[in-house]
Amino acid sequence: MRRKLIPHPILTILLTVVWLMLVNAFSLNSLVFGLFLGLVIPFVTAPYWPGRPRLRNPRMIAEYIAVVIWDIIVANVRVAMIVLFRPNEQIRSHWIAVPLELKRPEAITVLASTITLTPGTVSADLSSEGHCLLVHCLHSDDPDGVRDDIKTRYERRLTEIFE
Amino acid sequence: MDFAGEILVVVALTAGGIFGLVGSLGLLKLDNPMARLHAPTKASTLGVGSVLVASVLYAAFFGGRASVHEILIMIFLFMTAPVSANFIAKAHLHRHVKGQDLPPAEPDSHWAHVGDDGDEDGPENG
Repeated sequence: MRRKLIPHPILTILLTVVWLMLVNAFSLNSLVFGLFLGLVIPFVTAPYWPGRPRLRNPRMIAEYIAVVIWDIIVANVRVAMIVLFRPNEQIRSHWIAVPLELKRPEAITVLASTITLTPGTVSADLSSEGHCLLVHCLHSDDPDGVRDDIKTRYERRLTEIFE
Repeated sequence: MDFAGEILVVVALTAGGIFGLVGSLGLLKLDNPMARLHAPTKASTLGVGSVLVASVLYAAFFGGRASVHEILIMIFLFMTAPVSANFIAKAHLHRHVKGQDLPPAEPDSHWAHVGDDGDEDGPENG
């Protein structure tokens, strides 16, 4: 019964918080209305969310976000240097295949988005059965190193969060 | 206090402007579609991110209140930007890239959106 009325408790909390952030000021009115939205929206859209992804290890989520933000800053500067100071003939772009240990679609989505957000790499495609991710790298002298970086920095942490 | 605030806001705004400019410059300078795709992902992460940080700082120092709109903008942007980049990459792969130019999709047989050897019965999941 409870599961039917509140199919996704975390989504309910998230929607309430997002509503409060949209209002940009705290008041009892907006809290009640946010909670109302948080209860109604998951209930109405429940058929579109069959699974309930389990997140473990909240400490690791915080660590992951910090690592990604740091990598975005570092990689931005690096790509800016490539764009500004390296002639086009010297840019060595690579296609890189990253074999995946992650199985859950949510986890793979987060990994692919992370790869795209960090400048210098764009995730382009998934293999037919979803065991391998195709990544385009703007410039690297060591494509295997880029692949290992992705696996050790991001995938290892996501495995601990999702699987 | 006000002076320090001004400096922080100016630094954040300048950084945002520089990264936005370099992103646009990359769009002009780089010479193939996949390389060009790297430029806008940069402008939208650190470029827009810095401008939003400037906005948060401005509200905190001179508006006298905490503003959290910017965090939402950043979250929405970070969730949507990779999707559009991925679509562009897939369209490019599908139309212009041959399977033999790519690394093998081990352990699977092929990439989902690469249109080589002309068979039309590719997988339907996106």
